[in-house]
Amino acid sequence: MSKLIFEKNLKGSNSFTLPPADIPEVDITSSIPASFLRETAPALPDISEVEAVRHFVDLSHRAYGVDNGFYPLGSCTMKYSPKINEWAARLPGFTSIHPYQSVETVQGAMELLYNMQNMLAEITGMDAVTLQPAAGAHGEMTGVMIIKAYHQGRNDQGRTKMMVPDSAHGTNPATANVVGYDVVEVKSNRRGLVDLEDLKSKMSPEIAGLMLTNPNTLGLFEEEIQDIAAVVHDGGGLLYYDGANLNAVMGISRPGDMGFDVVHLNLHKTFSTPHGGGGPGSGPVGVKSYLADYLPVPMVDKKDDKYIFVYDRPLSIGKVKNFYGNFGVIVKAYAYILALGAEGIKDAAQQAVLNANYLRQHLKKDYHIPFDRLCKHEFVATAKRQVDENGVITLDIAKRLTDYGFHPPTVYFPLIVKEALMIEPTETETRERLDDFLQAMASIAEEARNHPEIVTNAPHNAVITRVDEVTAARKPVVKWEDDS
Amino acid sequence: MKYTPNSPAIVEDMLRSAGFNSLDELFSDVPEAIRLDRKLKLGPGRSEIELTRELKGLAAKNLNTEDYPCFLGAGAYDHYIPAAIDQLLLRSEFYTAYTPYQAEINQGILQSIFEYQSMICMLTGMDVANASMYDGGSALAEACVLACANSKGKKVLLPDTVHPEYQQILQTYAISGKMEIVIVPSTAGVCDLEKMISLIDEDTACVVIQQPNFFGHLEEVEKLADAVHRNKGFLVMAVDPISLAILKPPADVGADIVVGEGQALGNSLSFGGPYLGFFAATKKFLRRLPGRIVGQTTDTEGRRAFVLTLQAREQHIRREKANSNICSNQALNALAATMYLTLIGSTGLQAIAVRCHQLAVYAARELEKAGLKLKYKAPFFREFAVLLDDPARANRRLLENGIIGGYELEDAMLLAFTEKRTGAEIDQLVAVLGGEA
Amino acid sequence: MEVPKDLLYTTEHEWIRVEGEQVYLGITDYAQDQLGDIVFVELPELETEVITGDAIAVVESVKAVSSVYSPVSGTVVESNIELEDLPELLNEEPYSNHIAVINISDPDELEDLMSPADYEAFCAEQE
Ligand SMILES: Cc1ncc(COP(=O)(O)O)c(C=O)c1O
Repeated sequence: MSKLIFEKNLKGSNSFTLPPADIPEVDITSSIPASFLRETAPALPDISEVEAVRHFVDLSHRAYGVDNGFYPLGSCTMKYSPKINEWAARLPGFTSIHPYQSVETVQGAMELLYNMQNMLAEITGMDAVTLQPAAGAHGEMTGVMIIKAYHQGRNDQGRTKMMVPDSAHGTNPATANVVGYDVVEVKSNRRGLVDLEDLKSKMSPEIAGLMLTNPNTLGLFEEEIQDIAAVVHDGGGLLYYDGANLNAVMGISRPGDMGFDVVHLNLHKTFSTPHGGGGPGSGPVGVKSYLADYLPVPMVDKKDDKYIFVYDRPLSIGKVKNFYGNFGVIVKAYAYILALGAEGIKDAAQQAVLNANYLRQHLKKDYHIPFDRLCKHEFVATAKRQVDENGVITLDIAKRLTDYGFHPPTVYFPLIVKEALMIEPTETETRERLDDFLQAMASIAEEARNHPEIVTNAPHNAVITRVDEVTAARKPVVKWEDDS
Repeated sequence: MKYTPNSPAIVEDMLRSAGFNSLDELFSDVPEAIRLDRKLKLGPGRSEIELTRELKGLAAKNLNTEDYPCFLGAGAYDHYIPAAIDQLLLRSEFYTAYTPYQAEINQGILQSIFEYQSMICMLTGMDVANASMYDGGSALAEACVLACANSKGKKVLLPDTVHPEYQQILQTYAISGKMEIVIVPSTAGVCDLEKMISLIDEDTACVVIQQPNFFGHLEEVEKLADAVHRNKGFLVMAVDPISLAILKPPADVGADIVVGEGQALGNSLSFGGPYLGFFAATKKFLRRLPGRIVGQTTDTEGRRAFVLTLQAREQHIRREKANSNICSNQALNALAATMYLTLIGSTGLQAIAVRCHQLAVYAARELEKAGLKLKYKAPFFREFAVLLDDPARANRRLLENGIIGGYELEDAMLLAFTEKRTGAEIDQLVAVLGGEA
Repeated sequence: MEVPKDLLYTTEHEWIRVEGEQVYLGITDYAQDQLGDIVFVELPELETEVITGDAIAVVESVKAVSSVYSPVSGTVVESNIELEDLPELLNEEPYSNHIAVINISDPDELEDLMSPADYEAFCAEQE
């Protein structure tokens, strides 16, 4: 068992020092009244640099990233993060600039932001883009606020509800709620697509819009997207594009051309920026021209060869985040788009779709695939056969996969499929890796048939066995307590 | 550059083995009318050599704080970042991992988050902390959302000494109709306590106070806490984590929810992001916090283990009933903060806080000696505003002298001091600003 | 799955025991089974005035969350605080552990509740 950093304390071993002061070292009590001062120092670790470094290296040994191996985590687009992007974001000219420096002193950063706004507008088929939101869900919130501001701006006050498909990611309904909409769920039809009849029956003057991802969370392209757009638009609503799945169609079909009015992107998915063990991401939002005035402040613009911030935007929803967005993440995505260029972007989408279909075709020997037809960048398999025949559930398969050295797929999502295993290989995987994965999945199916306990007791090779999530939630321990 | 590894021959093979004849056929479900019938206007792909040239070129057009002493603060600070941090952050097991949904193979990341949560609790004195929010401003907005969701009222009272961008973000979030933001004019650079207390009523969900406030000054918090608690509302504080090395922990002055911008803890300025928002609260809020939380538990063999917990709060389970939609957060920035606090330690953090303060005190005195006046008189931590007729002109002059000046207020300049600054640099600053007196 | 004969039921998988002016309210065996290990119960505040259909409590498991809706109008007169520390009681003995007691204002509302037989049929349909 690995010790917590606090349990490695060795009093007096931290040797961090400041340079000698070249100013008078006045006692702080002479300039800050005692009533503001704390009496005891916070009990942070006291540890030497070498032991601190070893601690974090040790933690890294018990973590698994894309650089460790295949990561088919559906909906998350865990593609390879090119190293040149990490290098670029670490240039002092990018890391060491203060957000409030005068724009004359940061023209390179401004140019990058300006170009990025334009490139993302081109990729999505939108007219204007903000780079401010910090992640996908934050982009959703920004986009839905823009929808709200738009209806309010037209004095269309009765639109209090947002439609969301039953297959939607949790952030979609949560976003609608956070922005103050009631949620109306739209059913999926037997083909796994938006049920157009259900949509029509639910469209009304109370509906502000529909949030959709295309391809959807089953990895299926919404073939009737134009009809869907017509129903929503004819009813006075707006169409929101959750760009989490753009990787499947970039360079091939653009949300703007599909009829979407607002889109967010996940630079940390589609545009290769690393997920950082949970973040940071970046969730730019693009809109059609009639919504551009509502975008957050500031926008980056170019005037007489000079890049400027534009704050004077009276209809803007305001700000959703400090400063201008997750700039360091944007630099990486910018490098990625430049590296790929027009053809590389399209190639990435094609290869992502090919890899997914390749896995789908070869996986169906052993696993149930509820919507077994042409998919886009991901597809959903299930453990139905294993549950019915061997009592092995999706979670068991996920855990067993880790013994084979793979990160498991997304499990139990989307909610409309029981025992779902949502598999997204991404375009950066070789056929050999995919074959290894297929081999592992076949072996697990075999084990489920003949030795189910191997699967149900997995993982066997991890640093720990399965964790007691129930006690974790019943009697939460969420910080270290000094028992000594 | 391309990062797709399969050769055309292999692609052909794969297509056939998957039952397709061409790559185009993979998109036969996309209606003709909405297919892009042209190339994207992005230009050709670049080689790595071209890429480095292009990006170096852009980076070179920015004046940076490595070369110019920087007196800007106002929510983002030019602190020293120990060299070990970036080396460790580059371990790709950390930075190329997703959120640790699968506990067994991501104990390292889960443990680091648990350590982060513990350290945030140590600094703030609060009972619980989450795994991070996007940044200080959005964390504050979420804190107010939380306060409103757990109180009968929906009024959010704050003095205008709160960071103007935080004020704006709050106003934006209030489009939900679930919060009513009331901004109360301050006096002499600090919250007008009497006025604020008189506005607290049963409809008040929370009072927000920033400590130190936007102008760098220290706010008297206890009386506000009492007044808002008497009305069953909450006290929300936005704090500077470096200041917590010497200032009273928010828990001791009655805070119910504490947030802040965590950039100063080992994260570079990066033109405003990525940073991290920290978020802590009293026990009462544990099952209602936004965002990820890591808990300690055991595995089936009884060994200590860590896992994402209390997930019933979150969007993927609560969906349209969730009070926050946050999913991805700022995990890697929180990891940097954890490394920072580990490498610096308590005495280091105190030394830094004290040095920042001493430099600010020294600068204030020297500026006054040079004939300038401070805008406000209240005690400050490491930031204050000095009155100037034309702050923009002063900043231009500073820049000509190789100095990145402060944040421009209408009639003053807000100056910030970190441990990276020296007395000599301050003397230079004063020499230039003195000419503006 | 157990469906005691002396209780009434709702389509939200709640059981109701009537004792004079008061109704005891809990979740059914079916509900606890669907939720899995229950980790937390958010109880209603005493004296809360409720109308039929109000969400008065929340039951959380590791992977799911479910609201408990009041099947009647009235006033909450008791919350089962034992559940604060022992939420698992709802898994172990769902029918012996109520969540709240409500003083009913309109006894006619009880007419709308399901009989054990109806509820069993309802559950069968859900499968
Ligand atoms: C379909 C979909 N929408 C939205 C999101 C939210 O994105 P983020 O985690 O960046 O907030 C995700 C991420 O998991 C997603 O898969």
